[in-house]
Amino acid sequence: MTPIATSRSTAGLPTGTLGVWWLLASEIVIFGGVLCSYIMHRLSHDWWAVEAANTNVYIGLWNTFVLLTSSLFAVLAHSAAQQGDGKLAARRLWYTIGGGAVFLITKGFEWRMEISHGMTISSSSFWSFYYTAAGIHASHVIAGMIAMAVVAMDAAKGKFLHRVENAGIYWHFVDLVWIFLFPLLYIAK
Amino acid sequence: MAHAVDHAPAHDDAHGHHEQSFFMTYLWSTDHKMIAKQYMFTGMFMALIGGFFAYAFRMQNAFPGMHVPGFGMVTPSDYNMLVTNHGTIMIFWVAMPVLVAAFGNFLIPLMVGCDDMVFPKLNRLSYQIFLLSAIVLIAGFFVPGGGFGGAWTAYPPLSAVGNYNLTPAGSTFWVLAVALEFVAFLLGGINFITTSMNSRAPGMKLYDIPIVVWTIVIASILFMCSVGPLIAGAIMLLFDQNLGTGFFNPAMGGDPVLWQHLFWFFGHPEVYVVLLPTLGMVAEIICVFARKKLFAYQTVLYTMFGTGILSFTVWAHHQFISGIDPRMANVFTITTLLISVPIAEMLFVYIATLYKGSITLSTPMLWALGFIATFLIGGVTGIYLGTAGSDVYFHDTYFVLAHFHYTFFPIAIIGTFAGVTHWFPKMFGRMLDETLGKLHFWLTIIPFNCIFIPLFFLGLWGEHRRIYSYELFDELWKYQGIRQFATVSLLVMLAAQVIFIFNFFKSLRSGAIASPNPYNANTLEWQCPSPPPHGNFAELPTVYRGPYEYSHPDRKEDFWPQNSPA
Amino acid sequence: MSDHAQAAHADHGDPAAHEAHYKKIWVILLVLLLISFAGPFVGIRVVTMVTAFGIAVVKAWLVAKHFMHVTLQPKFVMYLMGTCLVFMLLFFAGTAPDVMEHEGANWKKRDPDAGRPERVLHPEAHGAHHE
Repeated sequence: MTPIATSRSTAGLPTGTLGVWWLLASEIVIFGGVLCSYIMHRLSHDWWAVEAANTNVYIGLWNTFVLLTSSLFAVLAHSAAQQGDGKLAARRLWYTIGGGAVFLITKGFEWRMEISHGMTISSSSFWSFYYTAAGIHASHVIAGMIAMAVVAMDAAKGKFLHRVENAGIYWHFVDLVWIFLFPLLYIAK
Repeated sequence: MAHAVDHAPAHDDAHGHHEQSFFMTYLWSTDHKMIAKQYMFTGMFMALIGGFFAYAFRMQNAFPGMHVPGFGMVTPSDYNMLVTNHGTIMIFWVAMPVLVAAFGNFLIPLMVGCDDMVFPKLNRLSYQIFLLSAIVLIAGFFVPGGGFGGAWTAYPPLSAVGNYNLTPAGSTFWVLAVALEFVAFLLGGINFITTSMNSRAPGMKLYDIPIVVWTIVIASILFMCSVGPLIAGAIMLLFDQNLGTGFFNPAMGGDPVLWQHLFWFFGHPEVYVVLLPTLGMVAEIICVFARKKLFAYQTVLYTMFGTGILSFTVWAHHQFISGIDPRMANVFTITTLLISVPIAEMLFVYIATLYKGSITLSTPMLWALGFIATFLIGGVTGIYLGTAGSDVYFHDTYFVLAHFHYTFFPIAIIGTFAGVTHWFPKMFGRMLDETLGKLHFWLTIIPFNCIFIPLFFLGLWGEHRRIYSYELFDELWKYQGIRQFATVSLLVMLAAQVIFIFNFFKSLRSGAIASPNPYNANTLEWQCPSPPPHGNFAELPTVYRGPYEYSHPDRKEDFWPQNSPA
Repeated sequence: MSDHAQAAHADHGDPAAHEAHYKKIWVILLVLLLISFAGPFVGIRVVTMVTAFGIAVVKAWLVAKHFMHVTLQPKFVMYLMGTCLVFMLLFFAGTAPDVMEHEGANWKKRDPDAGRPERVLHPEAHGAHHE
């Protein structure tokens, strides 16, 4: 039932990949809007540094490590899919998804600790931005995990292997955003 | 890169003709033509609501304190809600779905010569999210406090604090509805752009693409690259409304001007998002009914690109008196004046295309010409507003209101009627009644001018926007007769829409059967049956020439379809 | 019948070599991560900024080039991503003069410290390190 339209590639790349790149373009401006707003406030309020000193850089480090590793598994899954090995690609995608889960669980513990120490979303504008930016990022992590799970289940049956690459490109972007969130929220104190 | 071995796409004809249920055909379809109609009918339904709101607040304006037939008494809170939601609905739930989503969905696969959009299920999902957004918006009218009343621009602190806007629940529904609508159009945009880039018929080079496909694609790109900051802002506003954050609250270290920038960074490209599809449709109609090729196709294309890029650099002209840095006001004045040039050039291109053409004043052509005449006034009056110095006087007066109605109305309403009257035969397989069409045209365009020309003068004389009743302003009360004249003209215009609705539904049932190509046009959508079947073309076309080979000197006929080999 | 373009790297030899390459990039990313983590301990603000953000940019480019293969896509992909980044710079440039200023020619923010919370947080209490 896939239309013939989907199989054409006048622009020089497969349709699904082209679609994902356009999705990423729109995501750059979404996260860009949040991060620009954050940076403007961070640079113009001295007392934000005092608030920001309270983020836990060790947890941030761990989470960055987790996401980078999950990105490795995503690109290894792509490599497996290129060789036509759907089962291996699926397994590696599940590892990627696992990385996402570890990230989210760590975040959960981190936020629980911070909230219990009085750093809630409304306690100051720094924390408002902190939770909002990381929260929007986390929602993209969840969406990516769901998409990869669907792709992995198909890939295990040898179906739609080209989607492994596309899911990976999206996941790498989510990782990219975190690569910038980490120094902004945890290191630049 | 590995291409899936699983991709042998079945041509839908190969499935044989199976009868689909009502549900599958009308509610769960992935066919781009059906989805287009879903967007179109939803948008037109929302236009009725938006128009009704205009009726109610204009009646209050013209006859303050009197009971409005069909609505009741309009309280100040009601007035704010009506004005807010009229604007919101007309832009996000009428102009966008009809111009971008409906015509984009319908025309793009047909005009590029393929069988559907590249992601049909995503297309269906886009519509469903859009429908959900409309439902959420309407639901917000029925919550305690009523619908949001903080203006379609939703500036905080008014929009963020329930005690100020008096519609705390409605505000949240409104923000959610707008956010959902953005998601729907992001997903839809991916489909339009990818299909046009990747799925063109063999032989269709970039300069063979009909201009309306280009304009809808560029509009989608503009939308996708500009809506992000506002999505961020909407989430922040939602949190300010409900979680006690202070993103836009100075007392908590936030800044209301940040919202304004987030909003208008998107808000300005947005007006080009809706303008570009109409510019494209008007171009198509003019070429068909003047039997002439589009003047300077390549220049038009680069104009569209240039306008798109420039549209990202003008946004703060909406904020000249909000206390922005005056040096930025200089910058934005210059960029705003610059952007009037390419659009003015477009109008000249239309006139040059019409020049020495063999013109038929059909209903679509009347609408196209009406667009040029009215949009011209809108564009020219924008100069006074784009210049910071004069804008200091004009901002928030009825001059602004008249300006943007002289742009939005041609874009959204005239553009819609132009497109619908032109492509109705292709969409529904029937011809509309020409006499009723022309009557509807004149009874819409003349009252339209009667409503809004006086409003320019009222603005010049100092009348502020968003005021519930001018009884409170001694120096403005003497113009009440003008307000009443404008309102009566609105009543005439609204009544005239019955002609269109009647014509539409009567022709659906009993209009003359449409041939595949009733206008002898060149573009690919006219080279398949009316309406096109599932899969569009019995045999997918190959393209041999550009879309505007009309009145070619070497040919006997005055048209030359893109896919005919000869 | 479909007509996909063959991407440049379609048949590019040994998959094991590719996988080794990806793992090598991953190790580099981790090393860079550790450097950016260690930067603040040096105590010099400029060093912290360079290691934190300079390394972020380098890591981002490594991920984009080696994992996302952005350089192997048709050129317009990079132009598109670059354009969106430029739009963000444009947004920052147009908004920062308003949001970041605390005073202008004819005005002054009443309370530039507005929003600073009253309560005192102790970074050590939640495992944060404080330079």
